[in-house]
Amino acid sequence: MSVTDFPVELPVPVPVPVQVPERSVRNDLRAVKIVWQRELIRFFRDKPRIVTALLQPMLYLFVFGTGMSSMVAGGRGDLKVFLFPGVMTMAVLFTSFFSAGSLVWDREFGFMREMLVAPVRRSAILVGKCAGGATAGTFQGVVVLAVAGLVGIRYTPSFVATVIGELVVVSFAITALGLALAVRIRAIQSFMALVQMLLMPLFFLSGALFPVAGLPGWLAVLTRLDPLTYAVDPLRRAVLAHAGGPLAATAQGVTWFGWTVPVPLELAVVALSAVAALAIAVTQFGKD
Amino acid sequence: MSEALVAPSTGRAPAVAARALAKRYGAVEAVRGIDLEVAPGETFGFLGPNGAGKSTTINILCTLTAPSGGAARVAGFDVVSERDDVRRHIGLVFQDTTLDNYLSAEQNLRFHAELYGIPRAVTGPRIQQVMEMVGLWDRRASLVGTFSGGMKRRLEIARGLLHSPRVLFLDEPTVGLDPQTRSSIWAYVDALKRREEITIFMTTHYMEEAEYCDRIAIMDAGRIVALGTPEALKAEVGRDRVQIRTADDAAAIAALRSRFGLDAAVRDGAVTFSVAEGERFVPRLFAELGVPIRSVSVARPTLDDVFMAHTGTTIRDAEASRAERTRVGPFARGR
Repeated sequence: MSVTDFPVELPVPVPVPVQVPERSVRNDLRAVKIVWQRELIRFFRDKPRIVTALLQPMLYLFVFGTGMSSMVAGGRGDLKVFLFPGVMTMAVLFTSFFSAGSLVWDREFGFMREMLVAPVRRSAILVGKCAGGATAGTFQGVVVLAVAGLVGIRYTPSFVATVIGELVVVSFAITALGLALAVRIRAIQSFMALVQMLLMPLFFLSGALFPVAGLPGWLAVLTRLDPLTYAVDPLRRAVLAHAGGPLAATAQGVTWFGWTVPVPLELAVVALSAVAALAIAVTQFGKD
Repeated sequence: MSEALVAPSTGRAPAVAARALAKRYGAVEAVRGIDLEVAPGETFGFLGPNGAGKSTTINILCTLTAPSGGAARVAGFDVVSERDDVRRHIGLVFQDTTLDNYLSAEQNLRFHAELYGIPRAVTGPRIQQVMEMVGLWDRRASLVGTFSGGMKRRLEIARGLLHSPRVLFLDEPTVGLDPQTRSSIWAYVDALKRREEITIFMTTHYMEEAEYCDRIAIMDAGRIVALGTPEALKAEVGRDRVQIRTADDAAAIAALRSRFGLDAAVRDGAVTFSVAEGERFVPRLFAELGVPIRSVSVARPTLDDVFMAHTGTTIRDAEASRAERTRVGPFARGR
């Protein structure tokens, strides 16, 4: 840097009077919006991340799905269609968890302080982050949805609308869970290790890769305790009912003591987990 | 000294006022009772070694840390009970950068404007104004990650000013920058003072930078040990620093003690001591020392001497010994 980088004669500024207004709901909403926008700018700028978060779901769908098809062939239909909702959830899971990790990132690289000293509610910052992660997650889910044609799922407006609606709820919940984990962690490596530890159990127990009906007792209990189960199942019911054929029979849904949990209740479980996770995140966030 | 404790009288409420401010972390007393007043429009500096409690004090004044004792008001608002009002009226430039490297310079400022609820109609013109002030308007579309350290710091100063704060806090604004960039930063701060009616509250551990301040407080181990204008503090020391180069330093030190009753030590390769009216002392020195002198220099007291007079050590030595005592320290602070 040389001294010539600086103008010798500083320009005479046009006085622009600025006053920071008192805190209000309107300003908190502006804060939510700008935090959300920042997440999206960063998400769409990071193309490698978009691609890597899709790679693993695609491997499961096309490689695992095709490879295993020969084993389960015989009347039940295409395994890829069965896996499809699980794979969509997987794409959301990676993306939304990673988005929540930006909280740790911001803390480690200092940007957090810029937000913490602003005259806004801290909850506004978290809600904005959550909305950002939910949007990114939904986007990735929709990208997976775009390849549905390749596994023989037809698009109809009502099917697409149902799936997108469910993706929004699921992405929001997963981001909220990620934020609750990220809020007290100070190093991005610790967060990544924690996510690695949680991601696979959550995913495997969610029934993303197998039907949750007719499992041995211990596994049935574990799957019912995994909140992700209630995220995968509505998507699966939508996909399988839509696909029709012999596969539709496997869309029995999650049962509690033999009672089939209706989709709205499943989504309510997901939404409640989201609210609980976000509430935990907000109380923990204020404690610095 | 006593009149220096009170901010210059302007008839207005002080921009910053602290009474018996204290902060304790477990067994560690980071700040042990600070009293000060800063007048509107003043440039006030906190000077002291790393770990003296400067950053903790700034964090309390910025509402980022709650004090464990005492009270403070900034821009007329209480830092604990009127936290949001304080935040609306202060700007901050931290020691470590708090910019988003993945956003452009302008996006960083726009984020700030939205977060502070600046009316949309004035956001654009104001962003242009502050960016022109720091000479970065041409680079507004560049990603901050491509900026040099000096450019980032200038952008942070622009951002700190965006919402027209009444008090701008600069925590070590030039640390880690090369000398040329440092002096440019000061040129901007100086220009800023002439343009915006603003109080600047800064910390530094560079002695020469404290000279830019109207008044400074010297801090050591959580306390203010001296407070006043740089000139007054230096005048108070009253002794000049004499450095001599001799053929035999040990003999010279012994002779200074036995013949003049002066404590001398080798610093920067020369026998160094303080004495009143140094220039008048030099002829006596040559006549009576008894050790051949090769060269001599006499210097007016610096703020380093002020620090030494109040704490018995130099800033550099204070930092070195603190680092010895708290090996885990550097990682724990400033976050």
